[in-house]
Amino acid sequence: MTIAASVLDGVRTRRRRVAGNTVVVWVCAAIVGLALLLAVFGPALAPHDPDAADLTYANVGPVAGHPLGFDSQGRDLLSRLLAGARTSMAGPALVVVLAMAGGTVLAVVSAWAGRWIDATLSAVMDVLFAFPAVLLAVLAAAVFGPGLTAPTLVLALAYTPYVARVLRGAALRERAQPYIAACEVQGLSAFTICLRHLVPNIAPMMAAQGTLLFGYAMVDFAAISFMGLGVQPPTSDWGVMVSTGQPGVLQGYPAESLTAGLCIVVVVVAVNLLGERLSQRSEGR
Amino acid sequence: MTAVAVRPAGHRSGRATGVARFVARRLVMLVATLFTSSFVIFGALYLAPGDAVSTLSGSRTLSPQAVAALREQYHLDDPFLARYFQWLGDTLLHGDLGTSITYREDVSSVIAARMGVTFQLVLYAALIIVVVGVGLGLLSGLRGGVVDTSILVVTTVFAAVPSFVAATVLLSAFAVGLGWFPAVGTGEGLAGTLWHLTLPAVALALASLAIVSRITRVAVRTELGREHVQTAISRGIPYPALVRRHVLRNASIPVTTVVGITIASLFGMSAVVEQTFGLGGLGSALVEASLARDVAVVQGVALVFVTAFVVVNTLVDVAYAVLDPRVKAGSRAS
Repeated sequence: MTIAASVLDGVRTRRRRVAGNTVVVWVCAAIVGLALLLAVFGPALAPHDPDAADLTYANVGPVAGHPLGFDSQGRDLLSRLLAGARTSMAGPALVVVLAMAGGTVLAVVSAWAGRWIDATLSAVMDVLFAFPAVLLAVLAAAVFGPGLTAPTLVLALAYTPYVARVLRGAALRERAQPYIAACEVQGLSAFTICLRHLVPNIAPMMAAQGTLLFGYAMVDFAAISFMGLGVQPPTSDWGVMVSTGQPGVLQGYPAESLTAGLCIVVVVVAVNLLGERLSQRSEGR
Repeated sequence: MTAVAVRPAGHRSGRATGVARFVARRLVMLVATLFTSSFVIFGALYLAPGDAVSTLSGSRTLSPQAVAALREQYHLDDPFLARYFQWLGDTLLHGDLGTSITYREDVSSVIAARMGVTFQLVLYAALIIVVVGVGLGLLSGLRGGVVDTSILVVTTVFAAVPSFVAATVLLSAFAVGLGWFPAVGTGEGLAGTLWHLTLPAVALALASLAIVSRITRVAVRTELGREHVQTAISRGIPYPALVRRHVLRNASIPVTTVVGITIASLFGMSAVVEQTFGLGGLGSALVEASLARDVAVVQGVALVFVTAFVVVNTLVDVAYAVLDPRVKAGSRAS
């Protein structure tokens, strides 16, 4: 194929992909919406008690009334997955809220103040950037003991520099816009301008970042729970279930680990695609 | 006549000092980051609620002699900063990271005994990421069409698979189900090690490989669309030479950065993979130690991981400066 033909071909496939993209985005939005509904109502929807163990049913496959079968302790798998939706998503959601709040404040202050404040904050962010999030969470768990509080706070802290760095760029671009100067001429305070004018204008970027961040947070949070340092068994949580299903995997009963893993992957794929789309739109503005 | 010969001599030496200044700046940042990280790792111990002795002993009951030994070893009667510098001095000068409560040996020997597996695993995964990830990205970016679409779909899914889920799926399918690979352990000799580490390395590499492939694809596409490439096409430069000289060289810059960052972050993720495959590496030591609240081991391993992470990142930034003559001293690789 000649280059020109391949370039033309690229243009054509891109057009086709735009049409396909809308469907993909709607499917992703539906999956994320469903996941959010499950996070709210999942525990109530569980057909059986997710913690009721009956060892006579250990690792039994699907039967009537139990469409996914049982885990290694004879608990209904579907009920555990539904109940686990909340714990698997509440933690990451809180991480995103905290990191977005912290990152936005730092980004806006940096962009607004400029000069040495900006330089200092940027340098601090560069150093913080160097610390892998999961490692920091493990360190915190070692010191504070396993549980949800330490990983949530630590992951939020570790993600803040990422958010701050991306939003600082956006805030700097807005800062240079004439409407900000117009507000300043009118005598509005810096705080009012930032809150009422600057932040709403970087909101699409924030939405995109928050969505992408939720995907990362979900993976990291699940990894921490998988290691036994986050959500504690017997609470049902997707990350914990992948871990408690490990002996089953070695014995040839991978259902618990694999279904929980699948739940994580499906939600994260949907969230990532949605986040990418949002960030394309916010940049293409 | 080549372009280099035409260039005035001063230009070359100017570039050399530019790179040197960039490298010097990165080295200063490296040291600053290591200082801060070691401070965080050290300071975390004292953030814990309650007495440092109870944190250090993981809330175990100790004899008064053991408590006295701990106070002595960690200089708990000295001020905080003095403690930090003493700890740092012990670490740097004597390689002394304290004693593990659970393993009952020096932390440095625990680390030394387990370091090999982790570094082999990370190296193997890094190779897979570079070869398969960049390869798929190039294929996807240069070919287009069905190949591109299928690679894009596969990498989109792979990018969302956490390494512990990948590890579980691979373990279930290829070790338990098909029996092609061993489920646990590290194996003997080169062939045995490779055989045992294949599944863990693939699990560790999967998500990063997908990200690297996607970045490579975008980089190649961007370069293909550039004006100088279009000009080269119209001048009739043969396709292989065009790709090699004009596309790959420029596309290699963002790709190097992402490869470096992902490889550096593999150290942290090695923990979950080692746990799944029963490999006694640093990562599993980190997890076991934090579950047992063996703070000395956690600090030691965290220090090794952060150092590896920061050093790899610095190396990448330096490689970036060498690859890209446009990088000026003071500008950041991002």
